Amino acid sequence: MAGTEPKPELLLDIRKLRIEATVFPPGEAPKNIVLVHDVSLSLKRGKVLGLIGESGAGKSTIGLSAMGYGRGGVRITGGEVVLNGRDIMKAGKRGIRRLRGKEVCYVAQSAAAAFNPAHKLMDQVIEASLEHGTGTRAQAEKRAIELFRKLSLPDPENIGERYPHQVSGGQLQRVMTAMALCSEPDLIVFDEPTTALDVTTQIDVLAAIKDAIRDTGVAALYITHDLAVVAQVSDEIMVLRHGRLVEWGGTQQIIKEPRQEYTNALVSVHEITHDEQSPGEAPFLSVKNVTAAYGTGGPKVLKDVSVDIYPGQTLAVVGESGSGKSTLARAITGLLPPEKGTVTFDGRPLANRLADRPKEDLRQLQMIYQMADVAMNPRQTVGTIIGRPLEFYFNMRGAERDRRIAELLDKIEMGKGFSDRYPAELSGGQKQRVCIARSLAAKPKLIICDEVTSALDPLVANGILKLLLGLQKEEQVAYLFITHDLATVKSIADSIAVMYRGEVVRYGPKSKVLAPPFDDYTDLLLSSVPEMEIGWLEKAIKGRRMESAGN
Amino acid sequence: MSSPILKLVAQRIALGVVLLLAVSVLIFAGTQILPGDVAQSILGQSATPESLANLRAELGLNDPAYVRYFNWLGGILTGDLGTALSSGQDIATSIGGRLWNTLFLAFWAAAVSIPLAIGLGLLAVRYRNGWVDKLISGLALASTSFPEFFIGYLLVYFFAVQWQIFPGISTVYDGMPFLDRMQAIALPAAVLTLVVLAHMMRMTRAAILNVMQSAYIETAELKGLSAIDVIRRHAFPNAIAPIINVVMLNLAFLIVGVVVVEVIFVYPGMGQYLVDHVAKRDVPVVQAVGLIFAAVYITLNIVADIGAIVANPRLRHPK
Amino acid sequence: MLNIRRIPIPALVGLVLTALFLFAAIFAPLIAPYGNGQIVGSVWEPASADYLLGTDNLGRDLLSRMIYGARITIFIAVMATALSFSLGAILGFTAAVLGGWFDTLMSRFVDLLMAIPTLIFGLVVLSVLPSTLVTLIMVMGLLDSTRVYRLSRAVAVDINVMDFVEAAKLRGEGTIWIIFREILPNALSPLISELGLRFIYAVLFLSALSFLGLGVQPPDADWGGMVKENKDGIVFGIPAALIPAAAIAALAISVNLVADWILNRTTSLKGGRG
Repeated sequence: MAGTEPKPELLLDIRKLRIEATVFPPGEAPKNIVLVHDVSLSLKRGKVLGLIGESGAGKSTIGLSAMGYGRGGVRITGGEVVLNGRDIMKAGKRGIRRLRGKEVCYVAQSAAAAFNPAHKLMDQVIEASLEHGTGTRAQAEKRAIELFRKLSLPDPENIGERYPHQVSGGQLQRVMTAMALCSEPDLIVFDEPTTALDVTTQIDVLAAIKDAIRDTGVAALYITHDLAVVAQVSDEIMVLRHGRLVEWGGTQQIIKEPRQEYTNALVSVHEITHDEQSPGEAPFLSVKNVTAAYGTGGPKVLKDVSVDIYPGQTLAVVGESGSGKSTLARAITGLLPPEKGTVTFDGRPLANRLADRPKEDLRQLQMIYQMADVAMNPRQTVGTIIGRPLEFYFNMRGAERDRRIAELLDKIEMGKGFSDRYPAELSGGQKQRVCIARSLAAKPKLIICDEVTSALDPLVANGILKLLLGLQKEEQVAYLFITHDLATVKSIADSIAVMYRGEVVRYGPKSKVLAPPFDDYTDLLLSSVPEMEIGWLEKAIKGRRMESAGN
Repeated sequence: MSSPILKLVAQRIALGVVLLLAVSVLIFAGTQILPGDVAQSILGQSATPESLANLRAELGLNDPAYVRYFNWLGGILTGDLGTALSSGQDIATSIGGRLWNTLFLAFWAAAVSIPLAIGLGLLAVRYRNGWVDKLISGLALASTSFPEFFIGYLLVYFFAVQWQIFPGISTVYDGMPFLDRMQAIALPAAVLTLVVLAHMMRMTRAAILNVMQSAYIETAELKGLSAIDVIRRHAFPNAIAPIINVVMLNLAFLIVGVVVVEVIFVYPGMGQYLVDHVAKRDVPVVQAVGLIFAAVYITLNIVADIGAIVANPRLRHPK
Repeated sequence: MLNIRRIPIPALVGLVLTALFLFAAIFAPLIAPYGNGQIVGSVWEPASADYLLGTDNLGRDLLSRMIYGARITIFIAVMATALSFSLGAILGFTAAVLGGWFDTLMSRFVDLLMAIPTLIFGLVVLSVLPSTLVTLIMVMGLLDSTRVYRLSRAVAVDINVMDFVEAAKLRGEGTIWIIFREILPNALSPLISELGLRFIYAVLFLSALSFLGLGVQPPDADWGGMVKENKDGIVFGIPAALIPAAAIAALAISVNLVADWILNRTTSLKGGRG
């Protein structure tokens, strides 16, 4: 940097930032809402600041403001964004364009959508460098290839010749990081860069990003909802909620000595105590040697799977996307009749096809879905949704039915006033509770929970898990709990089945499954769950025995 | 160009051929199996039973339906479209010049409307929600609601009768000088253009807006590219396929519009020929012309699909 | 729920005009100043106090013809739309929910019908069928039901894969419940707006057929037929043919405005959060 004037030590200084948007609620006049309330932050050259919060906390909005960008009609209405010593809000359209892609670059959550399908990766990676004249084409390509190598992409010399759809999601996320680094910016905004990836892929990408940040000396705003992830890469962490600052401090302080109650709740979110119950004498539902495929002759999505479920207990099925865990649920419910094997219930075999099962069998198996939004008919009220199983299975009508609905609403910790509401008027957590009530209404022996907490914010998810555990004690209902999240499994399971590519690779009581010696896949899976511990990432990467699927 | 694309294109063409055969069956069945007797309609209600029987034998009406179908199809494939019942003329000969007239009219309507529609569609995207955009959606609403003859007679009333700029009846003949011919078709071509223009603009606008909302457009904006470069480098390559589709779909509308427009302007094309012979219940002519219209329509749809396949980078560069 | 002040002006205009046309159609004999076929003056008289819109090619009162024409036009279009809608929607929903061979067969057949431009196929069929009201309604309704089928099937397929429908199937609900209680309420808004569009299409299709001389036969006339009757006057500068043509355009635009409004209104209701 000889010859140029020294850049200020303080890279980014956001002062009293206020961001607003206009919303158009149906049937009402448009109104203004404030997304970010006078938030200030500062970032020194070469440092990483983690922005953390639930959905609606305004963290992406703040991140993009460092580039003078408002997504979908969002406006910056107050405060200053000082980058490299000047307020970019006063820089005008051209001025802002000159700093985007040169001083600040962006890495999006879904690289698959963020790359243009019509162009080769290399052309997109070096585009910003050429646009801002930071080097010749040859120089930029050379630098891109170095970055590909640094981010441990396979075949770094030639991967740039590929098109986005020819590269896997984990690799694409790294190419996007290379793209952001290529024009040698001072700051990169990472917007949930690993959230869309499978757990085992996530830590590889995370490690690659961390190395690249360290080696290039770039500063970063790292946005995520996962405190354990952000703790691995950040120097400082800022906790946001509803567009306001909650707490801001060094990483160690935030995760070990949080000063605010909300931060504390985020840190201790996975601490649910649940003592493992030993399996009873006889399971009431057994899956025996089930093999299943979509379409005749298609690839087998389930291979010779056997598991047992005991009354009033929880079997957790863990695996990554494509492991067949949801297919197992479909085979048990009869939505996908297995090609081979049987499902026995109370000692007798269940009919393979849904259509052949008597009403009583259907009543005993209920299901809760990942996306509560689409699991309820938007045109029915909560009362109708919960009341239908009562009518359908028990022929309950009128006052008796209403009384029972009120009882169920009480059980899910919602008042009977919700009976007349439509799903669109509920929050995410409330929707999932209504789905739980609907399945409880049938008084089933087993509820299949398919990723029921993965679309929810951590605190809300925590509430749902506690509710499920409480209900299990009261109603003696068993759960088949399907998830990709090992932290959840640790909190609620009695026994665990680990699935990998359609097979159960490890199965048994929780204490046995989670105790060494591990098989390679379980080891990989367990070591991939981020822990709230500085330095965990390096240890995890070092200790791995098996390559993750994304590579 | 790699083999998966060729395979898809070949599949699409084969499908088109199968569809065309099925359509020929449908058209034949539509005119044969439904009640109504060709012999009766030629000779009228007063015909004697003997003359009816003679005519039936002569026309081959006593053969089973499938034999008649294959005779008809075989004729068409060898260029023999049969003879018109009403005039006794060879259909293929009568059609020749008319087909050319219709294509000439449709070509000029397309040549004006396609560039205009794409240009205005881009303009509407550029000034989204501004007055240009509102005007365009207003026009689109009007154009989907106006019958062709309303636009047609409105133009005739003003341009031909009141101001006398263009002829209200489009007479063309062999050996007519090009400029005279262009003047003759000015009004019908204008009507056809107006009929498809607004719709094509609206669909182009929607196709480009759809692309503009993609995440990769945001990526490009965040690289600091100018608005022009974002559209030129990132939106346009992805908008080609949907635009080809829009254009082809609207050319198909044009085919239908041409029938009414030719009647309005008494233009000697296929549409007029078809309408005349439907009124005369001249089944062989109706079958032949109907099949030609369907063939053009199906071909346009195939071209639209192939355009979309070829412009799709995922298919052009397989894994 | 429905506050008149909240209705946007274009939709209000559409509603008023549509109501006006419907009123004219229903009470035609009461409001028409003269009879439908009654010759009251000389040919193509200009508008006057006696004949508000002038007279037509045979010296009949144009306004009265227009009012009776509204009746025929709207009646045939409504019947054809009702036919296409009930047929298309029922078959489309059934195909989506049942799937299997029924779906494949129906969908391929509809593809086939749609491979021929509707007007052309209409002309082919009308070349052998008698031009009666019933044939017209049947031909128009059947041909147009293909579009309704496509739309309702597509909408129903989208809804059918939603988790709440799966939940109903797991509960053990029958096909009837799933179609009428789970799918239909959610498919209503696109279908209602489509109803408007199909009606417009029926009006335009009928007008085109009548204009070509293959629709409603004289002495009765719908608006398209009236354009045909009076079109020869245009070259003499007599705009009588433009009046029924403009009426068709006005009806189509009003219904379009109403359909647009219904679509916007109901889709924003469905929105909710997220």
